[in-house]
Amino acid sequence: MDQLTEKIRELASTLLKDGKVDMVIGFADGTLPMTSRPFLATESDKAAQLVWNSFCSLNLTNYITGRKEKIALFAKGCDSRNVVNHIVENKISRDQLHIIGVPCQGMVDKKAILKAVGGEITGLCEEGDKLTVSSSHGDVELNKNDYLRDNCATCTHRNPVIYDELAAPLVEEQTVEEPFADVAAIEKMEPVDKARYFDNLIKDCIRCYACRNACPLCYCPTCFVDESGPQWVGKGQNPTDIQTFHFLRAFHCAGRCTDCGACEAACPMDIHVRAFTRKLNKDALELFGWEAGLDTEKRPPLDTFNPDDPDEFIR
Amino acid sequence: MKLIHIDKKEWNQGMERAQKEYLLFSPVKDKDKEQYLFGPLAHGEVPDMTHADTVLSPKSIIFPQTEKMLHASLDPSQPDHHIMKRVPEEYGPRAVIGIRPYDVKALTLMNLNFDTDDYRDPYWCDAYKATTFIALGVNSPSSVDFSTSMGSGPFDETGVDVLLVDNQDSYIAKIITDKGQAFMEAAGFNAEADPSARETLDNIKANAEKKITAKVGTDTLRGREILELYEAPFWDEIAFSCINCGTCTFVCPTCWCFDIQDETKGKACTRFRNWDSCMFPLFTLHGSGHNPRGEKTQRVRQRFMHKLKYFLDKYDQGTMCVGCGRCVESCPVNIDIREVCNIMNNYEPQK
Repeated sequence: MDQLTEKIRELASTLLKDGKVDMVIGFADGTLPMTSRPFLATESDKAAQLVWNSFCSLNLTNYITGRKEKIALFAKGCDSRNVVNHIVENKISRDQLHIIGVPCQGMVDKKAILKAVGGEITGLCEEGDKLTVSSSHGDVELNKNDYLRDNCATCTHRNPVIYDELAAPLVEEQTVEEPFADVAAIEKMEPVDKARYFDNLIKDCIRCYACRNACPLCYCPTCFVDESGPQWVGKGQNPTDIQTFHFLRAFHCAGRCTDCGACEAACPMDIHVRAFTRKLNKDALELFGWEAGLDTEKRPPLDTFNPDDPDEFIR
Repeated sequence: MKLIHIDKKEWNQGMERAQKEYLLFSPVKDKDKEQYLFGPLAHGEVPDMTHADTVLSPKSIIFPQTEKMLHASLDPSQPDHHIMKRVPEEYGPRAVIGIRPYDVKALTLMNLNFDTDDYRDPYWCDAYKATTFIALGVNSPSSVDFSTSMGSGPFDETGVDVLLVDNQDSYIAKIITDKGQAFMEAAGFNAEADPSARETLDNIKANAEKKITAKVGTDTLRGREILELYEAPFWDEIAFSCINCGTCTFVCPTCWCFDIQDETKGKACTRFRNWDSCMFPLFTLHGSGHNPRGEKTQRVRQRFMHKLKYFLDKYDQGTMCVGCGRCVESCPVNIDIREVCNIMNNYEPQK
């Protein structure tokens, strides 16, 4: 067992034993290689099932929404930014949380590994940056940093922004020259190519809503696509209806998205849904100098009114 | 049951001949992604015979995610305005090539719902009847394949019209039904296999089944009281990680639930059905606002109880799971039906 997992178990077990929290939310190992499972421990002996590895891609903040208990939560940089969002948006109170920061070295893109290895993956062993992947074609060694998820490769908030204690020392933040090069490339497209790009992007969508449900921002009691009186959007596989879902969901996340990538990690159809939210993240940065989830005292730009706003229309 | 020998070199020509009479479906690789889905083949396109895993099951060939059922004119000047009529649809002969045997078995389980003595779903029945299933035995089952535990297997013949067995340079084709015979004639394959083929087939099958290591127990499920499992204490723990997306139900080869929607455009009205999912709160939301399955634990329990208990009790045809492993692969939070089934099967209630 690696040091970090050991530390995580120890911290969780102590918090539960001392009665400092009612529950600990972390990750447990999944049943297949390269999977993890969000896990709830309410008794100290359950803490032994917690793990931490490069496949803890989902965002655990999704599991604290509206809870009433005192919760200990393991949070990487992005998760912690969503905790900040949750506090700002009154989805949980700071007093209820014991945040254990887990400085992050990036999560691995499972699909990139599958593509690189070919064949069925039967096991994966992680040691520092070295991934030893066993497959039907034998064992192969890969460098983790070549297979990071897109959002992790461009992440500049690997360290938690809010925490009560740390499970490991803080890490050096990355400097990324052009964090939005991908968005800029789409912006440059001719309208017809842009339309084609987005049509192609979501052509496989099955409307399972895994992207929405994995997202900590999507906590509406009834999502607009589920409203039945009145019904805002058709329920079938009509491409316009599918587009409507993706566009509106992205707009609801404008100025709130931390680019944690849980949406893409959850998508069963390998759809690059972050193409939508990243455009809005870029706009939020360029228009408002805003990055979501960094300060519990500030409300997101589309959620506030400022009488000193430089634009005429708002006055 | 006749065994036919097909040289792999002749396979594509045969498929081109068959295409003159049949619309062919097979796994199709996405051009941008490492992903396969079942889809129709264009003329001259040949089926993928590489044993590709498809993310979604082939059920959409018979039961599309969105299907037009009825339509009507809303124009009062029309004599038959506001009268819903079936949308005309062509159900010409079609064949699914390279479908996995347990996926064909899954369709026979769906048949129990759509084609009964009391109700006959015309859309399903017409499509099912028009389709010939040319299954390809799975020589090397993946690690998530647990079909042998669920009353099926990589060479299951239930519902299959022709079973193809991949034998190095050739296929051994076992013709099981008249529909299968007709397809083979259209493809021009009629060379009888030599007598040793039967033994070869049995060996390949036995080897494949041996490779399946997953052991999932279902033996005690039938005899249990429903409430014993329903009220068992393990559901909250199983459901904790669930995000209530519809992935498991949409990738599943046996999930058949749908929702009916009317849409109008100008003076035209169409009634559709769309796949629905018991994972969605809206699935059971009553008009009154009450929701009998408002909590996620209730929904997760429903899915497993339906597949592994209610279906068993109602139809006595085994579980409503053929062990294809798609939900195990695709669940974003790794809820593993193999684990859940074992928990249910091994459960000992506190007296």
